[in-house]
Amino acid sequence: MKGWKVLLIDDEEDFVMTLAERLQLRGLCTMAATDGESGLKLLPNESFDAVILDVMMPRLGGLEVLERIKAFNPQIPVIILTGRGRSEDGPRGMQLGAFDYLIKPFDIDELTQKINDAITRKVTEVSP
Amino acid sequence: MFLAKWWERLTRGFFKYDDTSASPDRYIALRRNIVILMMVVTIVPLTFMAAINHHLYQASLKNEILNPVEVLVSKTKHSFELFLEERLSTLRFIASTYSFAELSDAKTIARIFRTLKTEFGGFIDLGLFDSNGIQVSYSGPYAHFLGKDYSKQGWFEESRVRGTYISEVFMGYRELPHIAIAVQHMPEEGPNWILRATIDTDKFDMLIASMGLDSESDAFLVNRDGIFQTHSKFYGKILDRCPFPIPRGISLTVVEEAVDHRGNEIILAYAQLSKPDYTLVLVKPRSVVLKTWFTLKSEMFFIYITSVVVIILVVLKLSGVLVKSIREADEKRESAFRELEHGQKLSSIGRLAAGVAHEINNPLAIINEKAGLIKDMVEHVKDCNTARDKFLELTNSIVQTVQRCRTITHRLLGFAKRLDVKFEELSLNDIITEVLGFLEKEALYRKVKIQLNLAPALPKISSDRGQLQQVFLNILNNAFAAVDSGGQVTITTREENSETLAVSIQDNGCGMSEETLKHIFEPFFTTKKEYGTGLGLPITYGIVKKLGGDFKVQSKEGQGTNFTVFLSRHPKT
Repeated sequence: MKGWKVLLIDDEEDFVMTLAERLQLRGLCTMAATDGESGLKLLPNESFDAVILDVMMPRLGGLEVLERIKAFNPQIPVIILTGRGRSEDGPRGMQLGAFDYLIKPFDIDELTQKINDAITRKVTEVSP
Repeated sequence: MFLAKWWERLTRGFFKYDDTSASPDRYIALRRNIVILMMVVTIVPLTFMAAINHHLYQASLKNEILNPVEVLVSKTKHSFELFLEERLSTLRFIASTYSFAELSDAKTIARIFRTLKTEFGGFIDLGLFDSNGIQVSYSGPYAHFLGKDYSKQGWFEESRVRGTYISEVFMGYRELPHIAIAVQHMPEEGPNWILRATIDTDKFDMLIASMGLDSESDAFLVNRDGIFQTHSKFYGKILDRCPFPIPRGISLTVVEEAVDHRGNEIILAYAQLSKPDYTLVLVKPRSVVLKTWFTLKSEMFFIYITSVVVIILVVLKLSGVLVKSIREADEKRESAFRELEHGQKLSSIGRLAAGVAHEINNPLAIINEKAGLIKDMVEHVKDCNTARDKFLELTNSIVQTVQRCRTITHRLLGFAKRLDVKFEELSLNDIITEVLGFLEKEALYRKVKIQLNLAPALPKISSDRGQLQQVFLNILNNAFAAVDSGGQVTITTREENSETLAVSIQDNGCGMSEETLKHIFEPFFTTKKEYGTGLGLPITYGIVKKLGGDFKVQSKEGQGTNFTVFLSRHPKT
């Protein structure tokens, strides 16, 4: 898990910065963006192993960002975060190619497990 | 005491009302109107009917009662005339049968006088007078007047001029009332002579007695000067003057209502005799004559008053029951409306739930991460003192985020909480801002532009905060549902006039057809299929009306909708 590079995109700056710090404590290399546009700008410059993406964001919504990420690189696993319990955002995101989704607030271990699963599976799929 | 309590119970809610009940004035006015209307439609026709009956009965009964009086007076008048005419005829017959010489014989005149007394009665004397007024022969109690000259006396002159004479009643030497009658005979040869008789007036009294009057009635004869020619039971003795005037000059019998000299109401019936100039008068107390009418009138009045009282009682009772039923029905309807209103409010909250959940879950996620970081640091950092500042920063952030959650939950609870209608001074701009607080995230995420044109010096309005919130939330929800991503909702507040404020909510969404526009305020009409209850706008309309306001909706398909709510600054409700 150590050294994996993860991109976090969420409009709640307080949240995204704290989450990034916690993931760093768990050995991940993280970069944070507080809106979709700035997150997408980071993609060509860095090689991310996974993206953690919030659905509800102003201007460019999370699902639209997901579509663009998948268009840029379909191999990057994306884990969706949504604040709306029982909403259809998660399943809809998975239909658009997301690896999985989590409902806020979530347990950090659950997230790291999903990151681990997503990256491990990607690695398995890429080098059989 | 019992009656007072009963009356108070019967009229409760009419003159007084229970202050605790909702808008009692309306029911008092309603009951008053029902009572007035029912009384008018029942008592007025009854009064008309009673008045007509009264008039008809009065006319009919008066005729029935007064006709016999008229007939009695007419008959008695004829009896008097017949009586006097009969006496005059007798004298005429004697004068034509016997010669002056025969009648001059004392024996002959005495025999004739005896026959008259026996056959007719009432004759006091009989005398024969020559053309010079000298009494030639006489039969009766005053024989000493024989040979006396009567040529200067009035009766003698009148007898000579008119041929007959009937005197007024006078008191003779015996101090008894009597009248004198005389006829003049004009033989073919020789001078005229006069036969004169005096008649007792007892016969007059007998004729009056034969009228069969009751003890309260009176009948008498008066001459042209109003002097009694017979005794009167109540008004004076014979030859006294009648104390009240008797009309004269009417040959027919007249019956009329009058007042006697003592102020008593009387029925006066009178008829003038053809000869002599007497008037027969019948006096009956009005109360006696019209006793039957008065009895009937009293009974009719009693029935009328009883009917009116019964109508009033029934109307009061019925109106009370009716208004009570209406009031209960209104209360039930009001209660049902409030239930519906509350249900619709919950539905609105459900509509907002997703957004609110997101709003709350985001800060919760922040708290979760901050607390998690503290835990991570405690686990990973050996020297806690060096991390002290970081801990403080994190805990402060947690407290601030909790505060953010509290704001959201309070706003939600403030809206969902059921409160009784409470009028207070409110700023419409504040209410709009509060309601927009529920929708601003949705607007943000859906990229719906909210244009606020709030009048800066808008006067305050007396209204209910919760209900106004519901009204504007419903309209704004519809506006948000109508616009696509990137659409615009414009909210404008303005002072329509000194008494009315207006809030206009304009969207550039899909708009409505004219057909849809006709039905939007009908309950359960919805264009949102499974997402809509069809109660939002009907309830919004009901609330606005209840708050003393009004609605105006303009919409064009494909161009958008404009809802304008007009609110009175000082509603009467």
